[in-house]
Amino acid sequence: MVISTEGLTFNFGSQTVVKSLNLRVPEGSIYGFLGPNGAGKTTTIKLLMNLLKTQHGSIHIFEKELQSNRIEILSQIGSLIEQPAIYLHLTGKENLLNRALLLEIPAKRVDEMLDLVHLKDAANKKAGQYSLGMKQRLGIGLALLSDPKLLLLDEPTNGLDPNGIIEVRELLIKLVTKHQKTVFVSSHLLAEVERMATHVGIINHGELLFQGSIEELQALNQPLVQIEVESTVDAANFLKRNNIEVAEVNDHQLFIPYADKKQMGELNALLNKNGFTVYSINKQQKDLEKLFLAITQNA
Amino acid sequence: MAFWSAIILPFLLCALVSVGFFITKSQNLLQTPPMFLWIEYSAVILAPMGSLILPMLVVFVAYSVNSIEHKADTWKTLFSLPISKLSVYAAKYLYAFFLIFLCLALFVLFTVGFGNLLGTVRPQLQFGQYSMAGLLAKLYFKLFLSSLGILSIQFLLSLLFRDFLKPMGIGFICVITGIILAGNSWHYAYLFPYSHPMITIKTLTDGNHHSISTPAGLPVIEVVLFTKEVFVSLVVSVIVFISGYFIVLKKSVK
Repeated sequence: MVISTEGLTFNFGSQTVVKSLNLRVPEGSIYGFLGPNGAGKTTTIKLLMNLLKTQHGSIHIFEKELQSNRIEILSQIGSLIEQPAIYLHLTGKENLLNRALLLEIPAKRVDEMLDLVHLKDAANKKAGQYSLGMKQRLGIGLALLSDPKLLLLDEPTNGLDPNGIIEVRELLIKLVTKHQKTVFVSSHLLAEVERMATHVGIINHGELLFQGSIEELQALNQPLVQIEVESTVDAANFLKRNNIEVAEVNDHQLFIPYADKKQMGELNALLNKNGFTVYSINKQQKDLEKLFLAITQNA
Repeated sequence: MAFWSAIILPFLLCALVSVGFFITKSQNLLQTPPMFLWIEYSAVILAPMGSLILPMLVVFVAYSVNSIEHKADTWKTLFSLPISKLSVYAAKYLYAFFLIFLCLALFVLFTVGFGNLLGTVRPQLQFGQYSMAGLLAKLYFKLFLSSLGILSIQFLLSLLFRDFLKPMGIGFICVITGIILAGNSWHYAYLFPYSHPMITIKTLTDGNHHSISTPAGLPVIEVVLFTKEVFVSLVVSVIVFISGYFIVLKKSVK
């Protein structure tokens, strides 16, 4: 485990922001840390970076206790917390050079980073004039500068356009698959995490509601048969009379828990025979988005 | 910005005073012996320095060294780098320390430089016949020492508060209070760090310094470096610096 926490709890005054969190982040994974705004994601990341003092529980990173091995651990972590911290009066390159100087990293690495985050052309432009996406990319470049083993990114795709999002996603996947890094990335967008994460943790009101691999998350998710008919309510009532369970009905479609292909054919025949014209019928994996909402709202 | 203000301020002030000196006073001072000429000249710069400009400069430098990190929101990054918190804190402090030192050193340089320039431009003013450099250096060094107490306090305030008003406002009020206290020669003013530069200047004009008549009849001015206000300033500076470190250590970064 690269990150493991035990009963991690944090209070802001009387408000509990993080409640006995037991995170397990395996090596070589992209761990998607999901939760709605204000769920405690940023607080958790700040605890992991030792920016906030751990009040209860313990944090182990690279199997070492965080408090007593702070510098050793931090030297192997790159981070981007909330909006990137950039000196706006310096150019993008100067920002990187400045950090390289602080961390005693050879300046040649700066050019590699500029190349990696596609900022070569804008290297000598003041960071104050950068677009949001460029700032975000520079922030990622800064985080990667020391070639860390673990990357902690807090909503790295915030404010990026679709192209930027894809670029960041591909960069992260490349880092994990080709350079054996571990990435811990927080987001409030499930669709985003779904596309790159290997492991997922879902947090709401400071509590971890789900943790596991993306396959485990998908297994939670029951497939449905989606049927499009003219009068969905009548069709649903008809099916119920025939002892068939209906999961959901709306104006255009009705949903029935999926069993196998044969069941789909039978449903189709049954409806058509009884005067309900079926426009379309198909198997549908329940949207992870809905699952996410269901998990976070039930809590 | 703090860096350039530390360089431009002494230059501008010395230049302005020299020009003013050249235009207004040069007629009256033609007969003045070179030593008094120098004293008169440097006093014009020293008086506002000690009372108002130096304390405000310290407040400003302490603010701007920290505000750059507040503005760019980089405290969290600095404290998440594999660098000990003491290094970050001490490096910041030393930079502010260096800026104040640089500024005062430049004051010495420019005062002497412009004085000699005046002497060359108008040879009737006998600037060239007396050198005050050593004395000025010692005096400004004392000013530097006496401002360290303020520096530590202001540095910590600016580090803790991210807005402009709190550290600057508190600093300004304290500077004014310091001037009033020292100006009224309050007996315990030496305990208040913001009064120290003013006291340093005052002891000069009060004639508290040792004047020993030389055979030539000219007084020799001696600056006693370690007076009690300088001592208090140093002690305050060290105590605040150390306690500031423990505050930074305990503080959670938002």
